[in-house]
Amino acid sequence: MAGYIARRLLQAIPVLLGTTFLIYFMVFAMPGDPVVALFGDKTPPPQVLEAVRERYNLDQPFIVQYLLFLAGIFQGDFGVSFSGQPVSEILAETFPVTLRLAILAVLIEMVFGIAIGLVSGLRKGGIFDASFLVVSLILISLPVFVVAFVAQYVFGIQLGWFRTTVGPGAPIQDLILPAIVLATISFAQIVRLTRASVIDTGGQDFVRTAASKGLSRRRIVPVHILRNSLIPVVTYLAVDFGVLMVGATVTEGIFNVPGVGRTLYQAIIRGEGPTVVSFVTVMVLIYLVINLLVDLLYAVLDPRIRYAK
Amino acid sequence: MTSTVNGTDVKHSTPDGEERPLLEIKDLKVDFTTQEGKVTAVDGVNITLYRGQSLAIVGESGSGKSTTAHAIINLLPGSGRIAGGQILLDGQDISKASKKEMESIRGRKIGFVPQDPMSNLNPVWSIGFQVEEAIRANGIATGRKEVRARAIEVLKQAGLQDADRRLKQFPHQFSGGMRQRVLIGMGLSADPQLLIADEPTSALDVTVQRVILDHLESLTRELGTTLLFITHDLGLAAERAEQLVVMYKGKVVESGPSLEILQNPQHPYTQRLVAAAPSLASRRIQATSHGEEAAGAHELGTEPATTTDTIDLIATAEARAEAHEAAMAQPPAIVIEDLTKVFKIRGSGDFTAVDKVSFEIPKGTTTALVGESGSGKSTVAKMLLKLEDATSGKILVGGKDLASLTGKELFDLRSRMQPVFQDPYGSLNPLRNIGNTISEPLVTHSVGDRASRRARVFELLDQVSLPRTLVGRYPNELSGGQRQRIAIARALALKPEIVVLDEAVSALDVLVQAQILRLLADLQAELDLTYLFITHDLAVVRVIADHVCVMQKGRIVEAATTDEVFENPREQYTKDLLAAIPGANLQLGA
Repeated sequence: MAGYIARRLLQAIPVLLGTTFLIYFMVFAMPGDPVVALFGDKTPPPQVLEAVRERYNLDQPFIVQYLLFLAGIFQGDFGVSFSGQPVSEILAETFPVTLRLAILAVLIEMVFGIAIGLVSGLRKGGIFDASFLVVSLILISLPVFVVAFVAQYVFGIQLGWFRTTVGPGAPIQDLILPAIVLATISFAQIVRLTRASVIDTGGQDFVRTAASKGLSRRRIVPVHILRNSLIPVVTYLAVDFGVLMVGATVTEGIFNVPGVGRTLYQAIIRGEGPTVVSFVTVMVLIYLVINLLVDLLYAVLDPRIRYAK
Repeated sequence: MTSTVNGTDVKHSTPDGEERPLLEIKDLKVDFTTQEGKVTAVDGVNITLYRGQSLAIVGESGSGKSTTAHAIINLLPGSGRIAGGQILLDGQDISKASKKEMESIRGRKIGFVPQDPMSNLNPVWSIGFQVEEAIRANGIATGRKEVRARAIEVLKQAGLQDADRRLKQFPHQFSGGMRQRVLIGMGLSADPQLLIADEPTSALDVTVQRVILDHLESLTRELGTTLLFITHDLGLAAERAEQLVVMYKGKVVESGPSLEILQNPQHPYTQRLVAAAPSLASRRIQATSHGEEAAGAHELGTEPATTTDTIDLIATAEARAEAHEAAMAQPPAIVIEDLTKVFKIRGSGDFTAVDKVSFEIPKGTTTALVGESGSGKSTVAKMLLKLEDATSGKILVGGKDLASLTGKELFDLRSRMQPVFQDPYGSLNPLRNIGNTISEPLVTHSVGDRASRRARVFELLDQVSLPRTLVGRYPNELSGGQRQRIAIARALALKPEIVVLDEAVSALDVLVQAQILRLLADLQAELDLTYLFITHDLAVVRVIADHVCVMQKGRIVEAATTDEVFENPREQYTKDLLAAIPGANLQLGA
């Protein structure tokens, strides 16, 4: 087990090198001079431009810039944003917010998605199943920003249940609405996945055997159907995390959440290489760790899976 | 005491003279709703079973025997529904029992042992957990310690000696035989009056099968449990049950005491079943001069009793002997010398799957490779087909060493040597229609043009006795027997000299099995084919093979002609295998 985890973490190194290089290159290749853009309509004196370029290593060739950046990361230095704030400081401020938002969203989609999927699967073809099939179709076809605006308008402005934007410090109650919106992206997928999985498991021989032993339906459903059906759903969760990151960028923008998504978006617009790459690096790292955790969870759910030394 | 079963008077022996039967099924009708409308799977079945008796329902798949069993415990799959009749358990009609009542009947009054030990245990829970929940649900014991003690007790009873140590293990850590013991233990855990065993051993090796059945028999006798046994194997049924009920197409066609039915079958279907059961047959099938018998065999509902399976033994034996001599004069089709395969297993060293195996197969004959699962017989086949590389040793096909072949030569060889695999469901691509499936090897080896390939497909369908109209159909629309014929047709498409049949009939019902075996014998005579026939079923070997090699733990322990092996087995292992054939010791009337 320990050997397996070590091996997986070692595999993360080339992945991290590859992604940082690609992202760095893409930011570098973006048209326009970020330094000039920084000054907006004003034309700064050439000496100032020079000084800024030197400070951010922008006068060096691409590969040197990249290597300098990497060297910094290995020393724990993520560089400095154009506003003068160390990137590591921005990371420390924004990541907890997004993490809270993401965990809330995952909880919402898991609890509701699995519950609805389970009932739909057990009553295949019934009214409940049919209506949620329609709901999930609608949710799948709506882009997340449409859902976000509608939710903001209906629940925030019309009904006044939630605040339309997230206040300073991002308290949990303010994050609920954005989290629900974020959860709608994968909610439909989880309902359908759970439903299909429950139908599949429900037809298995061991479910009939469980009934033949004299077990009641109330015991068979959670113990023999749901437990086995969760395995594919958990796998989906790992993939889903990437989707959540993308969704967070849009949702955070609309609800003004001071999280990773909004900051990353602004950094991309400004062409701030170090900030973008640092953020993406941390995101990739989190993504890898979550995938590893899900793989380990897999072994807990399914005893047939044992990782080789 | 006399009761009426579908119009026939059947005498029941009641051991203790009791009046009321434990289980009485009256006019049972089960419907399935499909897209094409209602399908009646069980139609007017009557079965009477007295306390302490054992009764077997025999029939091929689709005959409604398992559906009857599932109807008794009200666990019909999918859209299945009891449409009529009564199921009286101790006088109470349980077909109309409520959900709650049924839950208390299942396990406590009727125990159930399902068919396939591989799929009937939940893979994510430990064995102990699954046995214990049955005990707890039926209120047999309460409290952690008592439940655990009872679980160990029933598992030990079912023949799992180290039960206390293995409770925490998961199903995948158990062999098939061990899992079946667990299922038997579960079925008996609440001391039910009636135990329904639905093909409890058909997925197991013969030797394991025998041990399990012996155990089940003595256990039910000890506990006084009434046994309802479901099987497709007539030999097995006759050996294990006092009463037989033969089902065909949802109806009971014959019922009565086992030996009586076996010795004097009345209904044409039963007669056919008796004749076809390989476990009861005694001689190798000879090629029939008229292939239409095999063709007509699957529609036999109302056909008059035919005795196609009695063969002119002397004439055919002579013909066979001549052919055999002629074959010996030619160089052998396959020579295998000191073949060895070692698998490297991570963490636990090497595993020798095949250990210095040597044998020859004369041209135009059949050699059977027999052994239990894990004996290395399939690995030999894979190496012969070059799907697996040998660790050492030689394989000569038509005098050429397989190891020395170039890519092109190997490609050519593949057209002369074709495989047929065990599972007709898994070995056909569900997305290709039958015509494309059969012509695929022709396309791969660029034989002929479109028109000639099509003609060849028709010719092959004729050869395997399937209607030409099947070309446009898909595998899921065909029965298991039809699919295996398709697999054989595909193997024959390139006019091979050698066909490797890896458990090619093991998954089929007896009647279908008999048809396929006969077809293989006919094709061999017609096309001078050489067969390597791999099976765990010695009963099949007797009717198809000229030579037998018995494998155990990677080695050939006995090799001789089929008659020698059956009449005078030298090794204890071979004797065990022979003794394990169900029904081998039954005496049959003509």
